[in-house]
Amino acid sequence: MPSDDKRWRIVETRMRRLGSRPDALIEVLHSAQEAFGFLDDDALRFVSDSLRVPPSKVFGVATFYHHFTLKPHGEHTCVVCTGTACYINGADEILSSIKAGLDVKPRETTADGKLSLLTARCLGACSLAPVATVDGAVEGRVSSSDLVAKLAGL
Amino acid sequence: MTTVHTFRINGSDVAGTDGQSILAVATENGIDIPTMCHLDGLSDTGSCRLCVVEVAGSSKLTPACTTLVSEGMDVSTTSEQLCGYRRTIIEMLFLERNHICAVCVANNHCDLQNLAEELKLDHFELPVIAPKVGIDASHALFAIDHNRCIMCVRCVRVCDEVEGAHTWDVMGSGIGVRVVTDMGTPWGESTSCTSCGKCVQVCPTGALFEKGRSIGEGSKERRPFLPYLKNQAQEPELT
Amino acid sequence: MSESAPSAPPAPPKRPRRAADGLRPLEGPARASAYVCEAVSCLSAQSHDILLKLGEQVSGAGLKDVEVKRVGCLLLCASGPLVQIPGTGQLFSNVRPDDLDAIVEALADVTPGEQRAPEAPFFSRQRRIATENSGRIDPESLDDYVEKGGFEALRSVLTSMTPAQVREEITRSGLRGRGGAGYPTGLKWNTVAKAVGSPKYVICNADEGDPGAFMDRSVLESDPYRVIEGMAIAAYAVGASEGYVYCRAEYPLAVSRLRKAIHSAGRAGYLGLHILDSKLGFEVDVRLGAGAFVCGEETALIASVQGGRGTPTTRPPYPAVAGLWDQPTLINNVETFANIAPIIRKGGAWFAGIGTSTSKGTKVFALAGRVVNTGLIEVQMGTTLREIVFDIGGGIVDGRAFKAVQTGGPSGGCIPAEFLDMGVDYESLVGVGSFMGSGGMIVMDETSCMVDVARYFMDFCREESCGKCAPCRVGTTQLWILLDRISHGGATLDDLAQMERLGAMVQRTSLCGLGQGAPNPIFSTLRYFRDEYLAHIVDRVCPAGVCAIEPAPVPV
Repeated sequence: MPSDDKRWRIVETRMRRLGSRPDALIEVLHSAQEAFGFLDDDALRFVSDSLRVPPSKVFGVATFYHHFTLKPHGEHTCVVCTGTACYINGADEILSSIKAGLDVKPRETTADGKLSLLTARCLGACSLAPVATVDGAVEGRVSSSDLVAKLAGL
Repeated sequence: MTTVHTFRINGSDVAGTDGQSILAVATENGIDIPTMCHLDGLSDTGSCRLCVVEVAGSSKLTPACTTLVSEGMDVSTTSEQLCGYRRTIIEMLFLERNHICAVCVANNHCDLQNLAEELKLDHFELPVIAPKVGIDASHALFAIDHNRCIMCVRCVRVCDEVEGAHTWDVMGSGIGVRVVTDMGTPWGESTSCTSCGKCVQVCPTGALFEKGRSIGEGSKERRPFLPYLKNQAQEPELT
Repeated sequence: MSESAPSAPPAPPKRPRRAADGLRPLEGPARASAYVCEAVSCLSAQSHDILLKLGEQVSGAGLKDVEVKRVGCLLLCASGPLVQIPGTGQLFSNVRPDDLDAIVEALADVTPGEQRAPEAPFFSRQRRIATENSGRIDPESLDDYVEKGGFEALRSVLTSMTPAQVREEITRSGLRGRGGAGYPTGLKWNTVAKAVGSPKYVICNADEGDPGAFMDRSVLESDPYRVIEGMAIAAYAVGASEGYVYCRAEYPLAVSRLRKAIHSAGRAGYLGLHILDSKLGFEVDVRLGAGAFVCGEETALIASVQGGRGTPTTRPPYPAVAGLWDQPTLINNVETFANIAPIIRKGGAWFAGIGTSTSKGTKVFALAGRVVNTGLIEVQMGTTLREIVFDIGGGIVDGRAFKAVQTGGPSGGCIPAEFLDMGVDYESLVGVGSFMGSGGMIVMDETSCMVDVARYFMDFCREESCGKCAPCRVGTTQLWILLDRISHGGATLDDLAQMERLGAMVQRTSLCGLGQGAPNPIFSTLRYFRDEYLAHIVDRVCPAGVCAIEPAPVPV
């Protein structure tokens, strides 16, 4: 294990449960990201060694899927849904207001490390469009000014 | 027991055995189908789409490299439409990254260039994409210029299937895909690379090249001599 | 399968009827019930608090025979939190803590034994088969599912039908794949059953990637056992022993309910070895997607389940013959599996009696966009768009004019007002240049610019392209560049012609459905709204006022 950090144990247990087979790669990356918030080099190398998957393949898989992130997020995360219903109801405007108000673009973190802005292809809560989540809590029918105010106050 | 299938390519009767691809039978019979990602001796991915052919009775185009022959099929490998599509694919590959032949190490030794000539692609109409992508020259013997890469992934396959090192793989998705070594780390730091140079030999363009070669000197002259790869032009010959 | 004697499945534990988590158990049968929706939309509107508070108030009012129950989706997702009293058919929407007194009062007046459905057209025009239990059962309670007839179909299949008879029944029903293309389900099952190889696999495709579609999420959140039952019946019919549900990681609630359901179904003997004392052994596991739209494509999904990059491979071989680990693999969508149990219970002929000549049964749509009642609807195949948008959907918000309805996600198209009276089925949608897709239905009004809509979908395809084949990887980006040029007023008519040529080429030469379908939004908007394109190019105006047209260069 890369360090004494107890979270490695969680990842290892999950790996064992899945029989440490190469095809468990995505599941294991999920649990590593859940434990650490992101996938750093240590995590990828650990997974690569333990599952006996070539490092380039681990890296290829981790960068293929949008869900995985190789950089740590800020203290708070806001995900703005850009699904069709949200697009029709003004998701673009929300993103541009956040950009104007907080100077952060999608897939970026504010300079002070407080807030990471992400977009999602569809959160499946289309009835509440436009939708955003703030630290995992779904906010329906958001107005851009309210959301910017909320994010600024975090 | 091998089953032999008789079928037609461009109106002439041909025969192929069970498990042979349309491309293999066409090549045996001297019928040329343009290919890019295909290389004899490596697995086929059907990804460059250059070898798409028409099969009577199907509205869809099918890649000749991954489609197996079957009894009575009627294949057509050339039509004005197919040639147009192939020309567009080559044009796309040129515009996707930066391919300026005049300053390329593989000038006159390039499969992309050859195909452009063969398909009479003499100008570009589609939008240019060409983002700035880097060069990795950290390896002692070789270098990769991603600007010349067309994502045929021959290098990935030869490294995994023939050399068994699996140093190369593909990262990212969509237009952002790149071939990478190990953890996206510099090639020279790779712990899995055996410096065998097979990736360089199979590269169809000037993306992977031997260091120290200048413009137009990047021929892949050792490709036919890699005993594991059967090159269709020259039979393997061990020196 | 092991040779040991079948062990009796452990009897489902008999627990006292409990109201909901955190609430007191009910003594005796319930005279009246209040159903509180706990699917994602309502939960985000704090419906769990409402559930707890309602329980307290019901106790406080001394209503000992009133049950307060957590249920799955109550369909009218935009108006959550939703509380329904099935005894009277009353539906309380946008419930705030202050409204609870009125609900308690209404509960006090319920006549025992009576059940009424809500009368509003949003509900009365629907026909519920795949979602019949949604909003009626506690999605986390196996007992509740079994009480509503759950696993009866599986039991009858295992005790009185051969696998061939099951497949025949499914074939007779005329059920077609609900994931998009509408491939006949019976035919697929037969192919897998006949394919040589062991083990065989059953995969449930719950990678609902179409933006604007949430049917699968709702089904999994509201009635996960039904999907498991459908998969088990399929496993019996095709001879499979292992199954996977490939679910989007973006749906944490669906995943957790599904995992719980698999666990408790296993403990109760509905999964595992010797299911219900039969010879059928079938295990199900969940595999999480990781945010790649292309993984909805069967071969890409298989690559992803195998732990690799979700890039599609050329077909044939089809997954039915050589799929997961090169073994015969049956892949069906969540909604398809949700239709299996009712078909077995009521017969294929019953199902075939619903819908149109080519498309049988019902279809679940996620109705969203600029329509009054947004939410989940299930209607008979052949229901007209007008009924869906204006009767069920309640028309356009703010009384604006209807412009188009978009179906089929990024491979679909926009259907203009002239086809409002068209009955919706697989063929009719293709006929007007769209596509059934998984069932997202987005209503657009005059504030939407169709060029921008096409650009939006191309942006989606460009980002979701896996990057494997050249036409899709490069072509979608180039199409997007051309659309962007048009929407900014910088394009010429040559660009338009080139876009059409390029689109046709990408459609014909791409490796998988993503690339082949990507140009569809362009073609369908060009077919019905060409004048809008011309307005952008020739007159340099955006009629809907959406696009920011850049000022024309001034000649010096």
